[in-house]
Amino acid sequence: MVKRILAIIMLLIVGFWMANALSGVPFGEDKMLVGKYYLENVKEQTGAVNAVTAVVVNYRGFDTLGEVTVLFIASTGVGALLWRKKKERTAKSEGSVVLRTGSRILLPFIMLFGAYIFIHGHLTPGGGFPGGATIATAFLMLYLAFKDYEIEHKVFEPIEGLAGVGYVTVGLIGLAIGSYFLFDWIWQTWGWGHENIGRLLSAGFIPIIYTLIGIKVGTELTGIVDNMVREEVKGND
Amino acid sequence: MISLYYFGAISLILIGMYAVLVKRNLLKMLVGLSIMETGVNLLLISIGYVSNRTAPILSEGATPQNTVDPIPQALVLTAIVIGVATTALALTVVINLYSKYKTLDVEEIRRLRG
Repeated sequence: MVKRILAIIMLLIVGFWMANALSGVPFGEDKMLVGKYYLENVKEQTGAVNAVTAVVVNYRGFDTLGEVTVLFIASTGVGALLWRKKKERTAKSEGSVVLRTGSRILLPFIMLFGAYIFIHGHLTPGGGFPGGATIATAFLMLYLAFKDYEIEHKVFEPIEGLAGVGYVTVGLIGLAIGSYFLFDWIWQTWGWGHENIGRLLSAGFIPIIYTLIGIKVGTELTGIVDNMVREEVKGND
Repeated sequence: MISLYYFGAISLILIGMYAVLVKRNLLKMLVGLSIMETGVNLLLISIGYVSNRTAPILSEGATPQNTVDPIPQALVLTAIVIGVATTALALTVVINLYSKYKTLDVEEIRRLRG
């Protein structure tokens, strides 16, 4: 009880302090400094219509590479911490008829939707990370519905590695052609897609990188799900 | 007076912090951490909002003069992904703790360590 009262007093202090700090920040007013530059130049410099995607992949592409690395390290950590000598699915029963039939019917559409999200990242809200998460959801549904289902580890792990290598390779080609890592060579040097801004084939390397990120995030989250679902079997073999 | 959005974000952060401070079940503490993270994301997004403007996608009539700030949205996109990764890693640690101690109570786990 004392602990609870102390916690509430502390929360009130922290809350008052945060509200006090935020009372100096006006809501709904134009506070843009760097954002204005990005918004005004995004179409000429990157070709993307979606300014958020342009900031994430083009202007701040190196940070996104770091973010993908963090995700990779987390998924490696999950795999390492849950490593057992022999792991198998231990579900006792199949999913219900509704779940099994529904997942069979919905699987291609969920995959298609995920692919749509990350391919159109430079035009619509979304991008590689939400698209990859959507694809991982499709595999999670398969795990829930079928008690013996397992992903093809021999296919998934090389794909994940190749997507990561592909991202770095795109950046290194930029370093070779232009002057810095992740230079947008397709847009600035080759000048492809300048005439169809706002359509699919534009925005330089943003669709390529977001497709790679989508594949990488999808396979990585699926790997995390797979590591968490399969359990150790204590057999005497 | 602070805005309603700031108030909501601060409330979410405080609710999550309460769960982290008071709850003894590790899973409930992780739920609290996730709620805190949602509050921080909402705070960032609402700081970047500008009244009567649209999403920063420059098509169909949106110009640089009538869109909101894209940078907080890009930051939050990053933060959500990192949040998912850290939550997965923390859940993994909890799975290992449970298989070792057969309990999720933080005080029990501390007592077992001696």
